[in-house]
Amino acid sequence: MIAPIKPDLVTVNVDGREIAVPKGTNMIEAARLAGVDVPHFCYHPKLTVSGNCRMCLVETGVPAVDPATKAPVIDPGTGRQKINWSPRPAIACATNASPGLHIRTTTPLVKDCREGVMEFLLVNHPLDCPICDQAGECKLQEQATGYGRGTSRYIEEKNVKPKRTQLGSRVTLDDERCILCSRCIRFCREIAHDDVLGFVDRGSHSTLTCYPGRSLENNYSLNTVDICPVGALTSTDFRFKMRVWFLKQTDSIDTESSAGVNTVVWSREGVIHRITPRRNDEVNDTWMADSGRIAYKAVRSEGRLTAARVAGRDGSTGEALAAAAELFREGGVAVVGSGRSSVEEQFLTRRLAESLKARAWLVSRVGQSDKLLVSADRNPNVRGALVTGLVGELPQKTLGELSAAIDSGAVRTVVSVGEDLLCAGISLVQLGRVKVVYLGTHRDATSEAARIVLPALTVFEKAGSFVNQQFRIQKFAAAVPGPAGVQDDLETLSALIRAAGGPDLPSAVGPLWAVMAPQVPALGAVQHGTIPATGLLLDSSPWAGLPFVEGESLHHKPAR
Amino acid sequence: MAVKILRQKPLSLAEKVYLPQVVAGMRITLKHMFARAQTLQYPEQRPEIPPGYRGVPTLVKDPNGREKCVSCQLCEFVCPPKAIRITPGSVPEGSGRDHVEKAPKAFDIDMLRCIYCGLCQEVCPEEAIFLQNQFSMSGYSRSEMVNDKGRLYEAGGTLPDRHFKWDKKRAAEEAHSPHA
Repeated sequence: MIAPIKPDLVTVNVDGREIAVPKGTNMIEAARLAGVDVPHFCYHPKLTVSGNCRMCLVETGVPAVDPATKAPVIDPGTGRQKINWSPRPAIACATNASPGLHIRTTTPLVKDCREGVMEFLLVNHPLDCPICDQAGECKLQEQATGYGRGTSRYIEEKNVKPKRTQLGSRVTLDDERCILCSRCIRFCREIAHDDVLGFVDRGSHSTLTCYPGRSLENNYSLNTVDICPVGALTSTDFRFKMRVWFLKQTDSIDTESSAGVNTVVWSREGVIHRITPRRNDEVNDTWMADSGRIAYKAVRSEGRLTAARVAGRDGSTGEALAAAAELFREGGVAVVGSGRSSVEEQFLTRRLAESLKARAWLVSRVGQSDKLLVSADRNPNVRGALVTGLVGELPQKTLGELSAAIDSGAVRTVVSVGEDLLCAGISLVQLGRVKVVYLGTHRDATSEAARIVLPALTVFEKAGSFVNQQFRIQKFAAAVPGPAGVQDDLETLSALIRAAGGPDLPSAVGPLWAVMAPQVPALGAVQHGTIPATGLLLDSSPWAGLPFVEGESLHHKPAR
Repeated sequence: MAVKILRQKPLSLAEKVYLPQVVAGMRITLKHMFARAQTLQYPEQRPEIPPGYRGVPTLVKDPNGREKCVSCQLCEFVCPPKAIRITPGSVPEGSGRDHVEKAPKAFDIDMLRCIYCGLCQEVCPEEAIFLQNQFSMSGYSRSEMVNDKGRLYEAGGTLPDRHFKWDKKRAAEEAHSPHA
C-alpha cells in the first residue's frame, strides 16, 4: 500500500499549547485537535465558511518580527519571541492556521464576546424549548448554558415570524427559532445542488424562506434538519414523536444502496424513531439521503413474517427445519442468495450451497445513481457476496438459467434467502412447480407460494457487516430486538446447513468470524471486533475486472 | 460472679387496694369523653390538607380551560420510579389552540409506581402538573390504578395562572399579523 502523503504541518498555539496541524486547517478544527472547544453555530466542517454567527470569536496573535530586519523580537521578560496580540478578536472559523499563530479562548475578552453574541441570539429566540423537537440536541441550549450570561435583560417584545411553515414534504420550518446561520442554504447550494433556500428581508426581520414557487423537495432535504443548530428546521416525520434524550443510539449502515452510508438508529424500548447519518469522512461525510431514513418503517409494517410456516400452516421453527431437511434429501436444490444479506449470512449461504452441492445465484437491483449517496446498485452488499465466495460473477436482473433448470426439472427445490423470486424472473407457474424454502422478513408472492417459510430479521434487528462500493467492510449493530419467536438469520442458516448434512457452524457473529475469516482470503486477519467504526478497505484486486454498475459518486470513483 | 439479692419493697395500703389508680384512670377517660375529639370519622369526615401537600399528581387547565401540558416529557424523564408515560401529539389545525402546536395524545401515571416525590411538578416548565390534595387511591386491578389523561384532568381541575404565556404569544402573533 502506498503511504498517504504527509500534508504540510504548521505549528500553532492554542491557549498556550503547541500543536502541529495541516496547513489550511481553520482554528476551530485546530483547537479541536488541541482538545479545546470553540463554540460555533454557522461553521460546519463540510460546508464553506460564512462567518456570520460570530460565536467563535477568539483572540489571535502572531510572533513579532522586526519590520526592518525580519528578525524575531524577543521578549526580555520571558526570553521567548514576543507575540503581537491583535487588539480585536477574530472569528476562528475563518482564521486558517499559519506558522506560529497563537489563539486564546479563555480570556475575559473572549468570554465577553461569547456572552454578547449569545445575548443577541436569544433576543428574538422564542424559548419554546418545551415544544421544540431540537431540545436536548440544540446548540443554542448547550451554548447558552456553557457560554451565556444566564439571565435575560431583554424586556422589549420579541419578533413575530412565520411558524409551522412546510418547506417541503419532509421539512417543517419555524422562523422564530432560526438564528440565521445559513447552514441549510449553503448545504442546498453546495452539496444538494438544489439552491432553493435563502434569506429575505433585513435586520431582525431576516427570514429563511424558499424561493417562490419552489419547495425543498430534493432527496437530501433532511440533512438541513440535521445541521440546523437550533430547532428551526425540523423533520416532519419525527416531529413531536419522541424527545431525543430518551433515544438510544445504535451505529448502523444504510441498506438502500451500495454507497454504504453510515447511520445512527435512534430507538426507545425496542421502537425505532428515526435514522440520522453518522460522520464518516471516507464514505458519506455527514450526509445521507432522505430515502434511507424511512427504512425503519419496515420493522413494524404490515405483513411482517413472525412465525415459521410449513405447507401453508403456521408451525414451529423446528418443524420447518425438519421439513426442509426432508426436501434437501430429495436433491435437485438451487440456492438464491441475496445482495441484501450481511457478509456473515452470505458466507453461511455459500456453505449451505456447498453442503447441498447446489449452485448459488444472486439477484441484482439496479436503479438510477444520484451521483451523491444513492449509488446505482441498490443491493448494499453485492461485493460481500464476491468476497465471501458466494458468487463468482456479478448478479443478473433475472435468473434465466435457474428458470430453465426449473423448466427442465433439474431443480425441484429452491432456497431463497430473502429474495422475491417473482421479481427475479421466475414465473408463478414455475414457482408452483418447485418447492420453495423462503427466509423472509415480509409477506410477498414468494412467501405465499413457498412450501417452507422461515421468518427473518431486518437489518435493524441483527448485527453483521456489509461491503460497500469501495470494498469497505463496515459493521452494523442490532438496534432493537426482533419480533417474538423470530430467531437470528445466522441461526436459521446454520440450522439449514445442518439440515443439509453440512457441518455445525457457529451462529453468533464473533465465533462465526473465527471460522469465516480463514476461509475468505480477502478478509485475512480481520475480525468483526477489529473493524473500525469507519470501516476497513479490503483488497479489491481479485474483482478489478468486473463491470460494476456504480458510477462516480461522493468519495467513490469506479476503477474503470 | 457475685450475686446481689434485692428485696422487693412492700406495697403501701393505697397500692394494695388499687382504688386510687382506678379513679385516676377513670378521670382521664371521663375527661376525654367530654373533651373535643382528636380523631376524624374517616371516610365521612376528611382532614384539612395543609398547603404544599403532595397528594396524587394531576394535570390542570388554565382559567380559560386550555390544557396546559405540552407533552415536553420532562416529567417522564425526571420521574424516579418511571411512573409517567406520555405519548406526544400535535394540536389539531383549526382548534383555536394550534399556536401551542403540541399536546399529549396520551398521558398515563401509574399510581402503583408513583412515590409522590413531586419532582414532576417541580420540573414542569408549563406549570401543568400538580400534586394536589387527593391522598388515597384504591382499585380492584392494576389497570384501574393507572390514571389516564381524562382522569388526570378530572382530578386536576383548573388552577389560577400567573403567566398566560400562550395567550400572550397569540396576542403578539395577531398584533404583528405575519410579516410580509
